[in-house]
Amino acid sequence: MDDSRPIFVQIAEQIENDIIDGAVAEDAAIPSINELAAFHRINPATALKGVNRLVEQGIVAKRRGVGMFVVPGARARLIERRRDEFAADYLRPLITEAAKLGIGIDELAGMLREERILS
Amino acid sequence: MTTTVARARGLVKRYGSFTAIDGIDLTLEEGRIYGLLGRNGAGKTTIMQLLTGQIFPNGGELEVFGRAPAEHAEVLRRLCFIAEAQRYPEDFTPAHVLTSAPWFFEHWDAAFAERLVADFRLPLKRRIKKLSRGQLSAVGVIVGLASRAPLTFFDEPYLGLDAVARQIFYDRLLEDYAEHPRTIVLSTHLIDEVANLLEHVILIDRGRILLDSDADDVRGSATTVAGPSTAVERFVADRPVIGREAIGGLASATIDGRLDRADRLRAAELGLELAPVSLQQLIVHLTGTELAGAPEKEVAA
Repeated sequence: MDDSRPIFVQIAEQIENDIIDGAVAEDAAIPSINELAAFHRINPATALKGVNRLVEQGIVAKRRGVGMFVVPGARARLIERRRDEFAADYLRPLITEAAKLGIGIDELAGMLREERILS
Repeated sequence: MTTTVARARGLVKRYGSFTAIDGIDLTLEEGRIYGLLGRNGAGKTTIMQLLTGQIFPNGGELEVFGRAPAEHAEVLRRLCFIAEAQRYPEDFTPAHVLTSAPWFFEHWDAAFAERLVADFRLPLKRRIKKLSRGQLSAVGVIVGLASRAPLTFFDEPYLGLDAVARQIFYDRLLEDYAEHPRTIVLSTHLIDEVANLLEHVILIDRGRILLDSDADDVRGSATTVAGPSTAVERFVADRPVIGREAIGGLASATIDGRLDRADRLRAAELGLELAPVSLQQLIVHLTGTELAGAPEKEVAA
């Protein structure tokens, strides 16, 4: 948990990440509120707020008496949204920093390709 | 949906010419964990003593479970107050404390108390006055948790507790609160340690409330901007600054208010570093010397 953003937002993002990378499959249950609270050592109300954020977005839904489950199609929707945010979250800071260091776009593209081979 | 457990309006407490509590408005809701924060002498303990009926206010209104708490047994039996330096009768052992606790707390869970005794490795048969400072604190923490009182106050409960014991306290508190929701007020100096446990934060300074806000709203509500002085000044020009520091041509300023994506980008373009401000740092800024001359200042949550 970092201090720059509300914890409930970070809880929601962490569950989103688990759905995107397949750690939690569609139609599978996400951890309960009390499990999230105990694991992250946070107030249960905060954990609930994070999960409710995903409920509002239609990413998870409640099944009466059994818990919260990932809605079918959630993964594709999350990926689409993350792609939309990718430019603002990652590319623009990258380009700004590159410009500060005098790295041109072509050189930057070359660096990206090289980094990809290395990793 | 929420039920109010305690409400104060214009509450005043004076000791001679000293005003300890200076017209406080305060509401505690059912089933929440509150952090009552502030510097030494800010009035935290006085507020808790008023709320638990140990002292009488000099003015204002105070209702706990719908009544003035002082001398009302039906209110007092729903309260538990764990003082920083709890006193016990001479020759008492922890075993005596745990045996008599159910007489005062109707929701007392003896099995839970027993488990906590093991967690904290508390010697039950040793006389209280022979216990270490940390063991004495453990007695209070065990009583506070196992009493399951609908309104529980912990006033600096951790004195002498080591890091492991404090973590046990926080973990057991969270677990048990999840199973048995109740209102808990935690007064502490170790703000960073408890920040994530809190649902609501009340900051007291000189007998007044400086901040009364959901912990989620406080988190990320301030940011420190650092870099060349001129750039910092340009960036913070029309923003509320709650702290400033400068070394040579470099400056850092802490601003109250969230930054959006455009702000962050602009800061990056100006060559400025942004750093989040933890709850503890924010409270240092709000109650530190910079505001000493302006206690009246309104602080936006």
